[in-house]
Amino acid sequence: MICVEGIDGSGKSTQLLLLERWLRARGYPVHFTEWNSSRLVRRSMQRGKKKNLLTPTTFSLLHAVDFADRLTYQILPPLKAGMIVLADRYVYTAFARDVARGVHPDWVRSVYSPALRPDLTLYFRVPIDISLERLLSGRAKLKYHEAGMDVGLSADPVESFRMFQSRVLEIYDQLTTEFGMRPIDATAEIPNQQRVVRTMVQEILRDYDLNRANGKNGAASQPR
Amino acid sequence: MAPHRSHAKAWYGHGLPYIAKKRLPGHLIAIEGTDGVGRSAQIELLRPWLELEGYAVSNTGWTRSPLLSETINEAKAGHQLTVTTFSLLYAADFADRLEHEILPALQAGFIVIADRYMYTAFARNSVMGADPDWTREVFGMALVPDLVLYLDIDVESLIPRVIMGKGMDYWESGMHLALGTDLFDSFERYQSRLIDEYRRLSSEFGFVSVDARLPIEELQGELRKHIAEYLSGANGKPRPESGDNGVSRKE
Repeated sequence: MICVEGIDGSGKSTQLLLLERWLRARGYPVHFTEWNSSRLVRRSMQRGKKKNLLTPTTFSLLHAVDFADRLTYQILPPLKAGMIVLADRYVYTAFARDVARGVHPDWVRSVYSPALRPDLTLYFRVPIDISLERLLSGRAKLKYHEAGMDVGLSADPVESFRMFQSRVLEIYDQLTTEFGMRPIDATAEIPNQQRVVRTMVQEILRDYDLNRANGKNGAASQPR
Repeated sequence: MAPHRSHAKAWYGHGLPYIAKKRLPGHLIAIEGTDGVGRSAQIELLRPWLELEGYAVSNTGWTRSPLLSETINEAKAGHQLTVTTFSLLYAADFADRLEHEILPALQAGFIVIADRYMYTAFARNSVMGADPDWTREVFGMALVPDLVLYLDIDVESLIPRVIMGKGMDYWESGMHLALGTDLFDSFERYQSRLIDEYRRLSSEFGFVSVDARLPIEELQGELRKHIAEYLSGANGKPRPESGDNGVSRKE
């Protein structure tokens, strides 16, 4: 179980895609899963976002429903089958963003306690200005929740993004130590970052390779 | 019940830390009880009585949030969720109603009557094998009700009521637990486990238990009596008459 974390515009999805390509080319069975992607809560999420009905707590719980559903269908079965699961964002996203929105840190940890601890969490660390630059060059506008507009820090989306994502960044830094996330300098050139990523992944795949050679399932995570 | 019970509201766990503390002069009354026990019929009769007594009433009910009710119905139609996922959906529904219905109404001084409360999740999850501590932590954002009225019934008395009412349904019979292939047998087993769990919760959380086998008017009289007692204790006001509105009260 390998996951990537980082604020919007940190480049984590790009890095995960490159990692997936590499793993597949080397013949590993890989399954990819993404934060907030299950069909189950899509309608509630759209409705809540469009009509601005979401509170920090319902925002958090809807993502938890999505996660629980993906844990059942997207994460546990491939792990049990000995596959490598790649997750674009994991529970740490909730621990950082939801707490930045105001929910209690212990509460959100309880909500996500059915989750497995990943074998490797890569944290793509980037200063706010660089992530902003990346996001704004790709599309004209920042998304409402991405900019934390719901928190009401500023009426200006860019300023709101800066303030909200700074909070998120600060919490991510604390989580890095708490959960042993591996920080990666997300300001570096893309291929250089990918080299670091692949080295880290290779390390944790040593046991997995050994087990596969012995005909056992891969190094599936144990519940914590 | 103690006549001069303290009227301070309390969160069940961590609550909603981002919400500024506001005075909540209203009253939160939860009606609990298993499927088909007659909660909604009783709630329908409570409202006009309370309004006649001069109280503004707001109703809220399990899975009725605008944000999630459709999603929950769809999920049930698909029969594909685990108990964990369901619990979180119910918690999201609850939180939505808590923040958009219950808290604003309490702030405005209404009596909020909740058709089911977090105890329903506690009871169901225990029966379905979810970690009870986890369920309670998730509902830590809840406000503790001022009064919980529990409509108590035994499964033998419940069965004819449900059959003569809307019939046994898949979920209320616990068919998702695969206790058996027969709907009736499964209903009986699932509901007796649920009722056992509700009774355990009743003593743990100090519900006011009323005998739901009573005829509808008598049961209503009992509920009014307990609500009136609570309100007089909370307000220090004289008890509202509980025999109005065509519903007789027998003791």
